[in-house]
Amino acid sequence: MAIFYILLVFMIIAAIIAVETKNLLGSVICVGAIGFGGSLMFLFLRAPDIAITQIVVEVLGLIILIRATISRDLTFISGDREFFGTVVSIVIILVIFVAGIRVFDALPAFGEPVFARLTGTASETYVRRGLQDTGATNLVTSVYLDYRAYDTLGEATVLFTAIIGAMVILRDKSRKLLEEPDA
Amino acid sequence: MKGMTVIVKTVSSWVKVLIFLFGIYIILFGHLSPGGGFAGGVILASSYVLLMLAFGREFVEKNLPLPIASRLDCLGAFLFALIAILGLVVGGSFFVNFLYQKYLPGEPFNLVSGGTIPLSNLAIGLKVGASLFLVIFALSMFRYDSESLANKRLSDRTGESKE
Repeated sequence: MAIFYILLVFMIIAAIIAVETKNLLGSVICVGAIGFGGSLMFLFLRAPDIAITQIVVEVLGLIILIRATISRDLTFISGDREFFGTVVSIVIILVIFVAGIRVFDALPAFGEPVFARLTGTASETYVRRGLQDTGATNLVTSVYLDYRAYDTLGEATVLFTAIIGAMVILRDKSRKLLEEPDA
Repeated sequence: MKGMTVIVKTVSSWVKVLIFLFGIYIILFGHLSPGGGFAGGVILASSYVLLMLAFGREFVEKNLPLPIASRLDCLGAFLFALIAILGLVVGGSFFVNFLYQKYLPGEPFNLVSGGTIPLSNLAIGLKVGASLFLVIFALSMFRYDSESLANKRLSDRTGESKE
């Protein structure tokens, strides 16, 4: 259990550095450290599917962010904070903190699934009947491609629409328009 | 944008094959072991990212042209929707696992098991791989464009100041 707290402290420190540092590349690397800490945590929580996805997406995102960051001239952020913005953010953080303490009291211990304490829940049914209902030994796959396949269809549609939008905006014609706004 | 040194190029041209193979393994065995269509697709796309970093954008464009990538993307989405609609036609309801329930039960822990689940994994892997490749390609294209635009504006500005 101690490993979770070590990882949590590591991720919180990385998050604070990522927000506070003035160096853009260092900030990107700290965001990557948060992601890798999260994937390690998923691995220790016995969720290897999510750990694999998290680590792969994290590597890809980190590469893209670094490529986008180090080619820019502006790798250092300068400027002071506004007084009003600081006050507002401190008030919002305090409100969330007070509300969060109430919520965390109601949660079960870290690493213990909520549904394990109840009987007759959907997750219990999946674990008990997943193999004979779908024939897949990886229950995560049997949930997201059989029981909850609508969700996967929606997810695939989101990705598809995003790609179509990006390719339409960045296609040759609009790129020419961007280069010659007067023409 | 002509790529990196010969060492990086040689190593990455070998490693790229292994990464691609690992992505195919993750997709094909998604219903037996951890993994699945999404993670495998991202691994497939990352092998092309490696090529793009080592050899430059033009090489990748020759290796996997954009029209083919977008067609693979559409093909993956179409296959997934086709599996869903086949469930409606054959099994009676949308997304029903008709292969497992009627035609091909298969033994657990075998590659051919789970009915439509491996096929859906394949479709999703194709879709995610192709679309993430397109995302990265679009991002690098946009970066190139914004750089050339900035250079053009800079030269315009300096030209004006000289005049």
